[in-house]
Amino acid sequence: MFALVDANNMYVSCERVFQPRLNGRPVVVLSSNDGACIARSNEAKDLGVKMAQPWFQVRHLERSAGLLAVSANFELYGDMSSRMMAIEGSYAPRQEVYSIDESFLDFTGVRGDLVATGRDLRAAVLKETGLPTSVGFGATKTLAKLANHVAKTADRKPGSYPAGLAQVCNFGLLTPAELDQVMAATEIGAVWGVGRRIGAKLTEAGVRTVLDLVRCDAAMLRRQFSVVLQKTLLELRGTSCMDLDDAPAARQQILVSRSFGKSVTELAGIVEAVSEFASRAAEKLRAQDSVAGAVNVFFLTSPFRSNDRPHSVTVTVPLVRPTSDSRLFVNAVADVVRREFRPGFNYAKAGVMLLDLQPATQVQGELDLFASPDAQESPGKDKARPALMAAVDALNMRFGRDSVHLGSSSIVSNGAELRSWSTKQERRSPRFTTRWDEMPVVKA
Amino acid sequence: MSSFDTLPNMAPVGRDGAAATAAKAPTGSAGFGSPGADATVHRLDLNEALIRHPQATFMMRTEGSAMRDAGIDAGDVLLVDRALTAHHGNVVVAVVDGEFVCRRLCRQGDVVKLEVASPDHADMVVPAGGQLEIWGVVTTVIKSLVD
Repeated sequence: MFALVDANNMYVSCERVFQPRLNGRPVVVLSSNDGACIARSNEAKDLGVKMAQPWFQVRHLERSAGLLAVSANFELYGDMSSRMMAIEGSYAPRQEVYSIDESFLDFTGVRGDLVATGRDLRAAVLKETGLPTSVGFGATKTLAKLANHVAKTADRKPGSYPAGLAQVCNFGLLTPAELDQVMAATEIGAVWGVGRRIGAKLTEAGVRTVLDLVRCDAAMLRRQFSVVLQKTLLELRGTSCMDLDDAPAARQQILVSRSFGKSVTELAGIVEAVSEFASRAAEKLRAQDSVAGAVNVFFLTSPFRSNDRPHSVTVTVPLVRPTSDSRLFVNAVADVVRREFRPGFNYAKAGVMLLDLQPATQVQGELDLFASPDAQESPGKDKARPALMAAVDALNMRFGRDSVHLGSSSIVSNGAELRSWSTKQERRSPRFTTRWDEMPVVKA
Repeated sequence: MSSFDTLPNMAPVGRDGAAATAAKAPTGSAGFGSPGADATVHRLDLNEALIRHPQATFMMRTEGSAMRDAGIDAGDVLLVDRALTAHHGNVVVAVVDGEFVCRRLCRQGDVVKLEVASPDHADMVVPAGGQLEIWGVVTTVIKSLVD
């Protein structure tokens, strides 16, 4: 049995932990250039604010409906995420951190009342970190993800599903007829891996609900859509096709990670690995014409080797402005590793996750970070950066991976220089848990 | 402070609690992971002594003088543990009108109070049936004696 644990409105919830005055009010978190709403409280959703909606379109709600907007604070979200993940991971033998706010837990071989376990886990995360979560259980990862959707929706919109499924939902306890009912009440867009385009195509073909999809012919789906969709169908029917660490990419983030064949004990090995992952992730980012506003890097020892002492690092670094420049990502992740690496541990896995993705067209001049402030006006220099990255991608495509790559030490910029650039981020809250001078204040 | 001496023997502490033990391992791979590693010595680490629940412990900076007689002054740093359940007599961080307030929790029968520790300030009685939101329990006060 798999569980998917997902924080409700993660970014807004993180803000509310340290700013209780935001509770009960409509709140949105804006992307790092303050352009779009990347997280919404339930109250903001009720006002009709859509995911990724440009801020200027909803700005009038500030005055008319008391909508509050804060700028993304990825240092805070990253730290709260690592706290939450550590608690979640203690409830099951295996955990896969899937995104900044979601983790899969593998309960294979665990007996007992899983709903009770899920409620305990939910209560512990809420008490210890202040973050509300939803927990979904299913025989496959796709079902667990769907159960999570049901748990969350039943909680937010009473009446949408049976009330007993709110917050913690175990598909394994439903009768086949009950599961059919739930699936009939759920649109296919809620299924993991069914994107907007395939969703529209399916709807056109008369496949509107999850139940419609489950009743499709597998061979037909494979022929008319993809082998991926066929796999999704099998998973929805309860045949597990995906193990932990085997999953379609999360929306809104790009993850490149790998378990090392042989454990790595040297700093240079980890730096090299994360530099490569960062380059790879940046390549994917550029392939989809996006930029990222923050990068998360993690490296850890193996949880399965009980003789090894455990050490796990996960750090999220907000970028001064969104970028797709490999060098900035490589620089940021290598810096973190150099700072957090401890000798004497057998590191087994590392990864890089790009967060706060947005279309490249929304961002202006994101690649001028290496230039001096005066050079910002020089358009020639700006244009050269994307061209350089495009050339790197083209060479690698033509001559094979890593024909051209970035030496992780060849980065020109340094932290002080980057700091002198200010992003918009006008409404960012203090970095309460990662900066000495930004701690929450308590009246004594 | 009496609970202090029970703390250092606890399981790994801190987000990277194992890091505290890293220093004692000989460099290189020799000796690492061997049973003898436990016998080596490591320097005392305050995280180990002061932070029982690293995932649930947060730091806050104080402002104001209402807790002066409890040894809490303006500018001190509090360690606040959200994993602990607040009991009568604990110094807590509560949420009052959307703000963090540090007070001593007092429960007497049905009466719940947030007590000050200063003659110049007044206790707050939680009205019957009213909700009191406790954010966390203050476990430690860090007071700097030099600039």
